[in-house]
Amino acid sequence: MTSTSLTTGRSWRPSLSRRHVPVLATLTLLLVMYGIGVSQYRAFSNVQVIFNVFIDNGFVLVVAVGMTFVILTGGIDLSVGAVVAMTAMVSAALLRDGMPAALVLVIALLIGPILGFLMGCAIHFFDIQPFIVTLAGMFFARGMCTFISGASISITDGFWTGMSQERIGNPAGNFVSISVLIAFAVVLVAAYVLAYTRFGRNVYAVGGNAQSALLMGLPVGRTRIAVYTISGLCSAIGGILLSFYTLSGAPLIAVGMELDVIAAVVIGGTVLTGGSGYVFGTVLGVLVLGVIQTLITFDGSLNSWWTKIVIGGLLFAFILLQRLIGIRFK
Amino acid sequence: MTGDRPVLTMTGISKTFPGVRALHDVDFRLFPGEVHALMGENGAGKSTLIKVLTGVYGTDAGTVTLAGEQVSFSGPMQAAAAGVSTVYQEVNLCTNLSVAENISIGREPRRLGAVRWGEMRRRARALLARLDLDLDVAAPLGTYSLAVQQMVAIARAIDVRARVLILDEPTSSLDAGEVAQLFRIMRQLRDEGIAILFVTHFLDQVYGIADRITVLRNGTLVGEYRTEELPQFSLVEKMIGQELDVLERLDEQQKRATVAPDGRAPLVDATELGRRGAVAPFSLRIHAGEVVGLAGLLGSGRTEVARLLFGADRADHGQVLVDGGRAPLRTPIQAIDRGIGFCSENRRAEGIVPELSVRENMILAMQAARGWLRPIPRRRQDELVQKYVQALSIRPANPELPVRNLSGGNQQKVLLARWLITEPRLLILDEPTRGIDIGAKAEIQKLVVQLSDGGMAVLFISAELEEVLRLSHRVAVMRDREMVAQLTNDDTLDADRVMRTIASGTPREEVNR
Repeated sequence: MTSTSLTTGRSWRPSLSRRHVPVLATLTLLLVMYGIGVSQYRAFSNVQVIFNVFIDNGFVLVVAVGMTFVILTGGIDLSVGAVVAMTAMVSAALLRDGMPAALVLVIALLIGPILGFLMGCAIHFFDIQPFIVTLAGMFFARGMCTFISGASISITDGFWTGMSQERIGNPAGNFVSISVLIAFAVVLVAAYVLAYTRFGRNVYAVGGNAQSALLMGLPVGRTRIAVYTISGLCSAIGGILLSFYTLSGAPLIAVGMELDVIAAVVIGGTVLTGGSGYVFGTVLGVLVLGVIQTLITFDGSLNSWWTKIVIGGLLFAFILLQRLIGIRFK
Repeated sequence: MTGDRPVLTMTGISKTFPGVRALHDVDFRLFPGEVHALMGENGAGKSTLIKVLTGVYGTDAGTVTLAGEQVSFSGPMQAAAAGVSTVYQEVNLCTNLSVAENISIGREPRRLGAVRWGEMRRRARALLARLDLDLDVAAPLGTYSLAVQQMVAIARAIDVRARVLILDEPTSSLDAGEVAQLFRIMRQLRDEGIAILFVTHFLDQVYGIADRITVLRNGTLVGEYRTEELPQFSLVEKMIGQELDVLERLDEQQKRATVAPDGRAPLVDATELGRRGAVAPFSLRIHAGEVVGLAGLLGSGRTEVARLLFGADRADHGQVLVDGGRAPLRTPIQAIDRGIGFCSENRRAEGIVPELSVRENMILAMQAARGWLRPIPRRRQDELVQKYVQALSIRPANPELPVRNLSGGNQQKVLLARWLITEPRLLILDEPTRGIDIGAKAEIQKLVVQLSDGGMAVLFISAELEEVLRLSHRVAVMRDREMVAQLTNDDTLDADRVMRTIASGTPREEVNR
C-alpha cells in the first residue's frame, strides 16, 4: 500500500457544486415559474411585476433573513410572526399617543431583539428545545398585541405616510418602495456577516456539529443567543416595514407568517438541521413564494388557498431533495 | 531520535472515583520525538490518565510537568493552548465546513474583522503540504473519508504549535491503507520533535510505530518498556496479568473437549461471515450442546462476531446456515425466531431497562418473540419469573422490584433469564461475568455448564482466559478483528498457548477487507 494512494486520483476531488444544488434548484424553479407567467399573461413581462413582488414581500424577506441565521444553527424561531405584529402594534399605539416618530422607531426596534435575547438565553442556559421556547414567545407577543388594543390602530404620522408613499423609480415608470431598499440592505449586511465574520462562521459550525464546535473552542452559547437576538431584530425591522406598508397596527396581522418564512428559508436551500444554506437562497425562496402568489392573482379564477397548496407541495419536494443530497453527501 | 529530557512527566498520579480506584500512583513520561504507546485492557486507566493530563479531571495526588514547569490544566482548551493537543477516536470537526475552515476556525486570519479566505486557504494548504496531504481545502470536510478527516484533525491540532500530541484510538475505524497513511504522518511529526502519545488496541500497530510502551493494569503502572525489548507475548501477558483466578482454585474443572461433532449437522454454520470495518470474514460452526469460547483482547472483534450472528449488525459478506437451512440474519427478530439469544456486554445501555421491574425485564424477549398483540397471561409470567428467580437465585427475590435496585451480578442474571425464558438453542453471552462479584460469577459459570449439558449451544465471550478455558469445548481466538485460530480445548491447551496465539496470530495481509 503506497502512502500517497489516499490523496491522489480524481475520485477524491469532491464536486464543489453539491452544496449549491438546492440553491440552483430554487433558482431554476423561479425561472421556470417566471417563464410560465410570461408565456401565459402578457402583462407578466412588465418589470414592475417583479418589483411588486419585492414591495409586497419586503418585510417577509427581512424576517426570513433572521430566520436563516436561526435555522443555520439548527434552531427554529416560531415567534417571528407575532413579533412582527407586536412591533407594528406598539408603533401604532405609541404614534397614536403622540410620541415622536424617531423615539417610536427606537423603542419598536428594541422590543424584538430583547425578546429574542431572552429566548436565546432560555434555550442555551436551560437547554430547552427552541421549538417550545419560541412557541412561548409567540403566544406572549401575540397576547401583547391584543393587550395593547383589541382593534387595529391606523397610523397617520407624517414620517410613516412618507415612507409608505415614497417611490424610488426610473424614468420608465417602474418603482420600488423604501422598504425594498431597507430589505436589500438587510440582506447584504447579513450575507457579509455570514460569510466574512467569525460570528458568521461560528453560526455554520454550531449548526454543523455543536459538540465539535464546543471542543474546537468556539463560543457556542454566545452564538446561539446571538442568532435569536438577530432574528428578533429582523422581526422588529419586518414589523416596522409592515406598518409602513399597511399604515396600521392590527392584533391579528401576520398570523402564521412564521410558517411561510420557514417555508421560504427551506425552499431557499437552507437545511433544517443546520449548517448549510445561504442568504441568497433565502431571497430566492421568498421570491418563489411571491411569484406563486402573483401567478395565482393573475389567473383570477383560482382561490388564493392554491398558494398554500403549491407551497406545501414545493416544501415537501425540497425537503426530499435535501434529504437525497444529504444521503449522497454521506 | 528521542531527546534526553522528557517534555512531559506525570508523577505519582492517583485518581479515585466513588467506589473505583481508577489510577494509583502512576508515573508516565514522554520524550520529544518519540511515539509512546499507552497500553492496557478496558478499565486499566488509559483514558483516565489522558483526561487527567488534559485537565478534564483533576488529580487526587501527583504532579504533571510540561517542559520543566509544573502545570495543571483547567480543560482541553487550556491544554491545547499550552501545546498539548488531543485527537479523539471520533473526529470532532464540523463536516459541513471546508477543510481550511476546520483547520483554522476560531483563529482565522482576519483584516478589519473580515475573514481572509484566501489567506486561510493558503495557510491550510501549506500546513497540509507539511503533512504531505493534497486536499482541496475549499471542499467540505464531509466529502472526505474518515481517515482524511482524522488527519485534518491532526493538522488542526499541530497548527497550535503542539509539543505533545495525544492520539486516542485514532485508528479504530480506519482500514489498513489509511492506517499506513496515518503512520507516515505520525513518523514525520515525530521526526519534527513532537512527542506523540498513542492509544490503540491493535498490537500490530504498536509494534509498527511505537518507540516505547507504557502498560497499565487495573489503574496501576505495570512498567515502561522500549518496544524492541518487549516481545508481543510479554506485552499481552503484562496487559492481562498472570494472577491465578480465585475461581480456578475453587474448583478444578476437568477439560471439556469431549463433545465431538460426530457427523451431526451444526446448529449454526457461518461461512465467511464478515462486515467491512467491523470484522474480517470468519467461518464458525457451533453444535448443539457445545460451548464455544471467544478469546481476544478488547477491540479484537469479539463483540462484532456476536453482533453479526445475532443480526444486530448486517453482514456484508458470507452466509449463515441454521439447522442446515440458509438463514438471513438481518435483524435481531430474525435471529430470535431461529432460536438465537444474545446477552450484550453493555448491559446498562443495551440490555436492562432499569426502570422496569425484574418481571417486566425478564419477559421482554419472550413477548417480543410472540409479537406484541399476544400478551403473555399474567399467571404464566409469574410462573416463569418465579422459576428463574429461584433457578438463578436472583436476590432480592422480589419480581416487582425495579431492576436498577439490583446489584450488577443480579442484573446480569435477570438479563440471562430474559433469554432463557425464550428457550434459545444458541445463547450468545458477551462478557457475562464482567464487573460482577465472585459469587455471582461462579453461579453464572455453573449455569453455562448446565445449559450446555442440557443441549443448548453457547457462544461465550470473555476477556478472562481462565474462564473461557474452564467452560469451552472449543476456543476461537480473535486478533485485530480477525478470527486467527480455533483451538480444541484439550489437555494441551492452556492460557499460555491462547495468549501466545493472541500475541502472534497469523494475520492476513489486510485486516479489514
